[in-house]
Amino acid sequence: MAAPTTLPSALADATRDESSLRRFLHGLPGVDQVGVEQRAAGLGTRSIKKAAKLHAIDLAISMVDLTTLEGADTHGKVRSLAAKARRPDPERPDVPQVAAVCVYPDMVKTAADDLVGTGINVASVATAFPSGRSTMDIKLADTRFAVEQGASEVDMVIDRGAFLSGRYGQVFEEIVEIKQACGDAHLKVILETGELVTYDNVRRASWLALLAGGDFIKTSTGKVQPAATLPVTHVMLQAVKDWKNQTGELRGVKPAGGIRTTKDAIKYLVAVHEVAGPEWLDPNLFRFGASTLLNDLLMQRRTQLDGHYSGPDYVTVD
Amino acid sequence: MWEYAPAPESRDIADLKPAYKMFVDGKFVEGTGEPLKTINPATEEVLAEVSTASESDVDTAVKAARKAYDRVWSKMPGSERAKYIYRIARQIQERGRELAVLESLDNGKPIKESRDTDVPTAASHFFYHAGWADKLGYAGYGPDPKPLGVAGQVIPWNFPLLMAAWKIAPALACGNTVVLKPAETTPLTALVLADIIQQCDLPPGVVNIIPGAGDVGAALVGHEDVNKVAFTGSTDVGKVIQGQLAGTNKKLTLELGGKAANIVFDDAPLDQAVEGIVNGIFFNQGHVCCAGSRLLVQESIADELLEKLHARVSTLRVGDPLDKNTDVGAINSREQLTKIQELTASGEAEGATRWTSSCPLPDKGFFFAPTVFSGVSQAMRIAREEIFGPVLSVLTFRTPEEAVAKANNTPYGLSAGIWTEKGSRILWMAQRMRAGVVWSNTFNRFDPTAPFGGYQESGFGREGGRTGLEAYLDV
Repeated sequence: MAAPTTLPSALADATRDESSLRRFLHGLPGVDQVGVEQRAAGLGTRSIKKAAKLHAIDLAISMVDLTTLEGADTHGKVRSLAAKARRPDPERPDVPQVAAVCVYPDMVKTAADDLVGTGINVASVATAFPSGRSTMDIKLADTRFAVEQGASEVDMVIDRGAFLSGRYGQVFEEIVEIKQACGDAHLKVILETGELVTYDNVRRASWLALLAGGDFIKTSTGKVQPAATLPVTHVMLQAVKDWKNQTGELRGVKPAGGIRTTKDAIKYLVAVHEVAGPEWLDPNLFRFGASTLLNDLLMQRRTQLDGHYSGPDYVTVD
Repeated sequence: MWEYAPAPESRDIADLKPAYKMFVDGKFVEGTGEPLKTINPATEEVLAEVSTASESDVDTAVKAARKAYDRVWSKMPGSERAKYIYRIARQIQERGRELAVLESLDNGKPIKESRDTDVPTAASHFFYHAGWADKLGYAGYGPDPKPLGVAGQVIPWNFPLLMAAWKIAPALACGNTVVLKPAETTPLTALVLADIIQQCDLPPGVVNIIPGAGDVGAALVGHEDVNKVAFTGSTDVGKVIQGQLAGTNKKLTLELGGKAANIVFDDAPLDQAVEGIVNGIFFNQGHVCCAGSRLLVQESIADELLEKLHARVSTLRVGDPLDKNTDVGAINSREQLTKIQELTASGEAEGATRWTSSCPLPDKGFFFAPTVFSGVSQAMRIAREEIFGPVLSVLTFRTPEEAVAKANNTPYGLSAGIWTEKGSRILWMAQRMRAGVVWSNTFNRFDPTAPFGGYQESGFGREGGRTGLEAYLDV
């Protein structure tokens, strides 16, 4: 096994072989379920008002990975999603663009063509999303195809079966290989925390993905319940903060699935602010994987500026 | 940078009145003592004038309680008493916001704590004890345990409403009547509780609330017709009361100071341990008798833990208690602030390393930035004396035996915290802790079903749970 970047010796040692990796991951401090859930609930009571709220809404919009991952997706749907990404609220040109559009690999070209020159990224899921149940060759081909089609970000899934049966080396190798196949594209590693179940597993999978070179760690595919939760995101934010303290490198976090309201999004931003730190309040380091969230952000943004609520008929459905 | 905009709770909700009267025999009456002015410790402004009891008022109140005991309350079936107590609990919930805002104004604690802890827990104490009122025969004290009579209760300023609930609820459930003296710096929520009690149509004299300073408390506990004394407050006053009551027939429970050890082993869930340490010492500005004011951390993880702790404490927001985003509010009084300053100065003078959060503090009011002392030894005053403020002393240990020895090396013994993922070690440690409450992998959790109380100079008697009923029954 090879560490993808130059790491401090303690971390480089962790990736030397399978048993070192296991020792390292099992040596991480445990996560107390009651404690982390209490902390998440406590921070969830922060009251974000007025200018702070407007700032949070604009920041959240700029962090959205506008997503469509349906079997029923069409090129037309992806094109209208790209249009929405460019101008989320057509009547309000000052609304920031979203961070990325996230689609299946066969839709990447359509999205990329429509987003040329906008600065909006095209993210593609890959590696036999969402289950990750295929051979490595196919996962690599899936990744290469997405990048060739124009994806600047790849959202891979880890092999949860391998992780849960303790084959950490295999999961590590897969991430390293996919990262190589990505080339310049950013790699988000989906842990599918709903299948990992325990917070201890989430912490271990987070460190595994960071050690293997993932640029982002992402909670969920959105296809498994529960998807993103606040306490899980707390654990992952703590992991990237600890990673920064040990390596100096900044890595990102992306909760995905189930975040639908502005109120929820603000709770996540408060967690980013107070658990990881203010420097993670940046679309390069924090994203929301969401489809319906954007419209609620737009409605709340109008409410903040107009002083009254207008309703869903005043924002575009796609 | 993302600055949270101020999010203050409206102080109008407190329905603050210019003057408050004492509550005796079912009526609000002027006391004949010198009125006191209660201030908002966050601004130093006067909130209201409160009438206080004189010695003769104490006598009147005790007589009213005696009459209510003899004629009504001791004869009433438990199931009927329960109805009144349930009613009080529901009214506390109804008026929860009013009580929370008033508590934060008068005490200085952050609104999120008065709203999410003090008021709901106060209501839950009444709910819990209401349930006991008709089941006392099944509490393990014989088939028909009798009440004691008139209870004289004196409570502190750190949890004004909650302590009133802790005292009044079990007393009423067991069939006693009450004369309660709230602390002189925080009398307001107890008087709103009196209003609630009046509106619940409790028979006159069953609960009497008489504000005043220490002399009123002394007159109350010394009154010859009081059968039971319950005191929560400082160890010094507790000793005086115990002396005063020696040789009398009065039953006494004391809940006094503490210097709790929060013990973190190297296999602890570190991030949650940090949360528990912060909650242990900075909750309610550290004005908590069971605060985890001594952190005992295993030497092998001390540096890592301290680094995480400093980072976490730096995020605490100190300021306006009414702001919903405030984590640490105002110190309750100038006197207390001076005491905290004096003890922290001694920590520096005795050679401990001081770290203080660089958080901004308001210009006026009584505030103290969260402070952590490392390199503390057992001999220092900051390791031995109760600071009762947002100041943590950090000591290290190498073996479980050393942790036990250091944790128990205090005249106090109210609470302790144990942080380890190893269940057997939790049990091993808990057996050896000389503390009334031992938390494992959490801290400062309160529930009416769990008995609370201390060892040694932290007092005796238990409050809450089945065990807590004993203090108000003739058994």
